[in-house]
Amino acid sequence: MKKQTIDTRPAGPKPWYDPRVRSLFFQAIAIALVFWGGWILVDNTLSNMESRGISTGFGFLGETAGFGIIMNLVPYDATMSYGRTFWVGLTNTLLVSAMGVVAATILGFIIGVARLSSNWLVAKMALVYIEVIRNIPLLLQIFFWYFAVLSNLPSPRQSVDVGGALFLNNRGLYLPDPVTQEGFGIVWGGILLAIAAVVGIRIWAKKRQLATGQIFPTFKVGVAILVLVPIISYLVAGRPLEWDLPALRGFNFGGGITIIPELAALWIALSLYTASFIAEIVRSGILSVSKGQTEASKALGLPNGLTLRLVVIPQAMRVIIPPLTSQYLNLVKNSSLATAIGYPDLVAVFMGTTLNQTGQAVEVVAITMAVYLTISLLISLFMNIYNRAVAIKER
Amino acid sequence: MRKTKSIALGIALAVGTVSATGAMAATTLENVKEKGHLQCGVTSGLPGFSQPDEKGNWTGIDVDTCRAVAAAIFGDANAVEFTPLTAKERFTALQSGEIDMLSRNTTWTLTRDASLGLNFAGVNYYDGQGFLINKGIGVDDATQLDGATICIQAGTTTELNLSDYFRAKGMEFKPIVFDTSEQTVQGFAAGRCDVLTSDRSQLAALRSKLSDPSSAKILPNTISKEPLGPVVRQGDDQWFNIVKWVLSVQINAEELGVTSANADDMLKSDNPNIQRLLGTDGDMGAKLGLPDDFGYQAVKLVGNYGEMYDRNVGPDTPLGLDRGINALWTEGGIMYAPPVR
Repeated sequence: MKKQTIDTRPAGPKPWYDPRVRSLFFQAIAIALVFWGGWILVDNTLSNMESRGISTGFGFLGETAGFGIIMNLVPYDATMSYGRTFWVGLTNTLLVSAMGVVAATILGFIIGVARLSSNWLVAKMALVYIEVIRNIPLLLQIFFWYFAVLSNLPSPRQSVDVGGALFLNNRGLYLPDPVTQEGFGIVWGGILLAIAAVVGIRIWAKKRQLATGQIFPTFKVGVAILVLVPIISYLVAGRPLEWDLPALRGFNFGGGITIIPELAALWIALSLYTASFIAEIVRSGILSVSKGQTEASKALGLPNGLTLRLVVIPQAMRVIIPPLTSQYLNLVKNSSLATAIGYPDLVAVFMGTTLNQTGQAVEVVAITMAVYLTISLLISLFMNIYNRAVAIKER
Repeated sequence: MRKTKSIALGIALAVGTVSATGAMAATTLENVKEKGHLQCGVTSGLPGFSQPDEKGNWTGIDVDTCRAVAAAIFGDANAVEFTPLTAKERFTALQSGEIDMLSRNTTWTLTRDASLGLNFAGVNYYDGQGFLINKGIGVDDATQLDGATICIQAGTTTELNLSDYFRAKGMEFKPIVFDTSEQTVQGFAAGRCDVLTSDRSQLAALRSKLSDPSSAKILPNTISKEPLGPVVRQGDDQWFNIVKWVLSVQINAEELGVTSANADDMLKSDNPNIQRLLGTDGDMGAKLGLPDDFGYQAVKLVGNYGEMYDRNVGPDTPLGLDRGINALWTEGGIMYAPPVR
């Protein structure tokens, strides 16, 4: 019967009526059009620039930059190349973005949970925070922190002095810089040992709990190990660490580590702003977990904290992760507002000074856009991997 | 703002083949005539050079340089529209054709002249870089600035000169780079930096913007050469010549004693230099593609170089700058224009 049906069918449509052939054909045309369009754009750009006498190419990246940058995580001075200014800008962007993501996540989770607190005052304070911060433009907030708050700190000579080691003034926060001496390897060993021990204890404690039901105070013991072992190894190694203290030299502080106010203002503003969005995301995630889950957990005798940590949050994460990813992407892109207050990020240094000194606008803008695209795609990738890990496993 | 400009350039360059070939056929002069006005790029507000007054009229020596070109073309010094640009936006705006000429106290350097597709059409102010310091730091000379924090505007030659100077002297400094000159002053006023560096002509003006000008002073050192002048796109020699010669005519007019006040009387002058300058003899204008009386219009409507200087930056203005090296070559300065003949 079946065989007969197939046999009686016509020998198959003509190729131009075959839906498979048709769709392949149109897809090929679409791809060809896209590539042709791209080629036209590139070719036009190059020939137009040539006809206008604008030099092209990436050779400028090897030329000497000749300008100073206030903050560099990779070694830099004015004798290095424009290519190096790119790395300086990129690392500064990544630094403020990473700091912002961490701070915004922590703050956002705390406020999001507080928003649902049964304590009226706590819940309303969280509400006010969210509504005020997320409804004021970010650039204004950056200006507020930079010009209204941090600029009003005392001048270097009237610095806030904490124990002669830590200084705060309108030029930044100056911290002692730890300089490792010979034998510091022992301390590193101690730190690694402590981390390994804590991981081991955690695995052992979990096994024991599953086997006997007894709970081991992993957290307290872990903290004790993490603090004590490095200190002991530090003493055993003969205190192989010296501090480079900041000191007033001439009219500025020198030595130590400096956190410039531009970084601080940008970090605070980005973190507070993004945290207000994350708080709402966290709240919606928690509310998406059905009340039955909480009640079941309570019925099993789990206290509030454990209910939140073991039952509610893991399920809420499935709702939280995708919009959280968008917030991280926003934060990274918003960090380019740095240029308004003179923080030397990628846009300020590379797309600012470097672009202007070399005049290679098309190349520099293309590189900068490619970098932001890459950073954003990487964040999306990692968040998607994490999302898959916490998503509901269909069994 | 800057991002949009750069991207606009990209789009203009990418999509513009058809229109570009069209634009190549029509010269800048034809385009300007067709529009009926000159589009001129200026600063977003720099006293003495280009700044809108309380009525919204642009004033300044850079603005007058543009007005003179408009007067030469249209016989109307007001046939100009001004585009305020930051230091970072200026070249992109000119390259992409958004403006016809750039007159934005821009320093003439080899790199800019050779690799940006631009031409510098002369010098309308000879400047040099200096330092404005907070009196509180107790410094009398730039050589004592080791370790100073310095506020500076992004995208200027000052950024490079500063680095060169400190490196040559073996000194350290911390640069705080702001986008606009207002933010730079704000940073300096807030005490974020000990020193503000810029062209000397600007320091006096920026100092006057401080709430307490007496708290700051200008150091005697000049650390660079900054010849400032109008800029045009490469590849249109006629337009380049027009901008260059309008400025030259203004300088020559001062040398010959022709002013906006006496221009009409001077039309009757029998000095052949003045006759050529004002177009009563010869066809100087036609050679440039302009009306023959272009020199008369520029001087009559805007003034000669000296008038332009005195009106905007001279001793009787808030900037109070002496002519110094900007005096005519006949009076001990270096302002010198090739002859109109």
